[in-house]
Amino acid sequence: MATTLTPLSTRPAADAPPTRRAARGRARRRESLAALGMVSPAVFLLLLFFVIPVVLAFALAFTNARLVSPVPAQFTGLQNFRTLLDDPLFYKSLRNTFYFAAVVVPLQGGLALVLALLVNAKVKGVNFFRTVYFIPVVTSMVVVSILWTFMYQKTGLVNELISHLTLGLVHGPDWLNNPSTSMPAIILMSVWQGVGFHMIIWLAGLQTIPQDLYEAADIDGATRWVRFRYVTWPGLRTTRTFVLITITIAAFSLFAQVSVMTQGGPLDSTTTVVYQAVQTGYAQQQTGYASAISLAFFVLVLAVSLVQRFLTREKD
Amino acid sequence: MTSASPTPARPGHQGSLLRSLAVQAARIALALFFAFPIVFMLVSSLKPDQQIFGDLDGVKAFLPVGHLSLDNYSGVFDRVPAARFLLNSIGISAVTVVLGIFVNSLAAFALSRMRWRGKKIVLTAVIATLIVPFETFALPLVWWVNQLPWLQVNGFHVTLTEGWLDTYQVQVLPFVANAFSVFLFHQYFQSIPKELDEAAVIDGASWFGIYRRIVMPLSGPAIATVAILTFLPAWNSYLWPLMVVQSENLRPVMVGIQYFFQLNPSWGQIMAYSSMITVPVLALFVAFQRAFVSSIASSGVKG
Repeated sequence: MATTLTPLSTRPAADAPPTRRAARGRARRRESLAALGMVSPAVFLLLLFFVIPVVLAFALAFTNARLVSPVPAQFTGLQNFRTLLDDPLFYKSLRNTFYFAAVVVPLQGGLALVLALLVNAKVKGVNFFRTVYFIPVVTSMVVVSILWTFMYQKTGLVNELISHLTLGLVHGPDWLNNPSTSMPAIILMSVWQGVGFHMIIWLAGLQTIPQDLYEAADIDGATRWVRFRYVTWPGLRTTRTFVLITITIAAFSLFAQVSVMTQGGPLDSTTTVVYQAVQTGYAQQQTGYASAISLAFFVLVLAVSLVQRFLTREKD
Repeated sequence: MTSASPTPARPGHQGSLLRSLAVQAARIALALFFAFPIVFMLVSSLKPDQQIFGDLDGVKAFLPVGHLSLDNYSGVFDRVPAARFLLNSIGISAVTVVLGIFVNSLAAFALSRMRWRGKKIVLTAVIATLIVPFETFALPLVWWVNQLPWLQVNGFHVTLTEGWLDTYQVQVLPFVANAFSVFLFHQYFQSIPKELDEAAVIDGASWFGIYRRIVMPLSGPAIATVAILTFLPAWNSYLWPLMVVQSENLRPVMVGIQYFFQLNPSWGQIMAYSSMITVPVLALFVAFQRAFVSSIASSGVKG
């Protein structure tokens, strides 16, 4: 190691006496050594718990590895991927994952922006509203899922509310036990839980927009909509990209809600790619096959975020 | 957080008065939408099971009325080792937060304030890890930690054991180093004047001394941000402990919820347990609201 630690600077110090140059070299070497010592714990942990498992995800996908097995894993080539392409559950998982993301991304992003605009005002009590909107975010998804499972029952709170609001005209379904309402129910709950997080991010973005742009628009007699369209919306460009990408990745990773509320049912209507991967890898102990599903998932996430990054790039 | 509003209501104008009333009504309606499940949980945790179901059809579901008691809470402790779960979660979260702050700030210090060969490559590599969701490598990670060695101490005998499944360290160590924390510290450290380091070097301070005595004491906001963003997922973690911990006495609070669904579940007790593991976090949130909000906001400005 030490041989590679030459001083960084190649600045000639010809005018300096040799002893001082040597002293500076020693200081540089000490600095490099100290820096390496300070970085190494984090780098070591990242290698151990990030780089190696990611590489393993690739490697295990081509084997028949099992979670706990006395028999060593064998290389099986593309077998797992062939099984995957013939697996009807995988297509259902994919379809449900896309369904969830396609609804959640615009719904949560849009509602979060509405919330941010509502609380981006110098009005008394606005901090109270920010706090309340944010409470679900700090509540664990597991607790939230259990709470909503109870509220979604046939005679649960949600249906009682619907019945009251419609004066007894509409009786809600058994939300989580009906294949056509199970995913919408999970979507509503997920938006409720996550929207406060993105409200804060929109809010941070709103506050980077220079105030004098609004004053100029006011002098020109711009309407609210015009101000939003030509000042606020363009001013949120980088925030928009960030919100879009974080919600999409979170939406694709849908797992905890499904695991607690429906276990993928009824009739596989809520199973997702991550849920299927965890079930295969953990409950059924097929680590190799689960790695193949994870790999497909990773490619999916990467592709979608690259497409989003491309679509939301700076168009100069 | 409180810069001027882009939508100031023009005083005296009747249209904008109506509009600001409508805006306020929208704020209140949304507040009810976000608060009602939580209020329902807290209120129900004080009611006997029968009354929870009886109150569902009216506004009473959200009001602490009827036979209120703490019976559900004492029932929780009879039913599951709740104290053990709480202690486990507190310990796991605390150690993860403390180690996380130390390891990530140390790395960020070297990456932002010291000169050495290869630091650009290391920084880029660390940031690049951010795009990979945990879910994609969680399963290989389970397989991997099951192969790792660990020292076991029995009195004076230290033996090498294999496999981390069912331990405390498997719930802590994989989550200590975090690229996002390194990134946040790195950004913050760059805003601290480098002249401070130079002066300290002349005074004969060591690099670790500069980190400990100068940079870290000036980094309160960054430390709070990383503490919050490490604490929340550690306290709320569910998937990971579900996969890697079997023993009851090593399990954290979220996994404890499962115990309530074996044999005749009592919803009052479930609500009590859910409140117990949620209220401390909500209290922390209200107490450190400003730090919470700015920590989330700063996670969004990385763009």
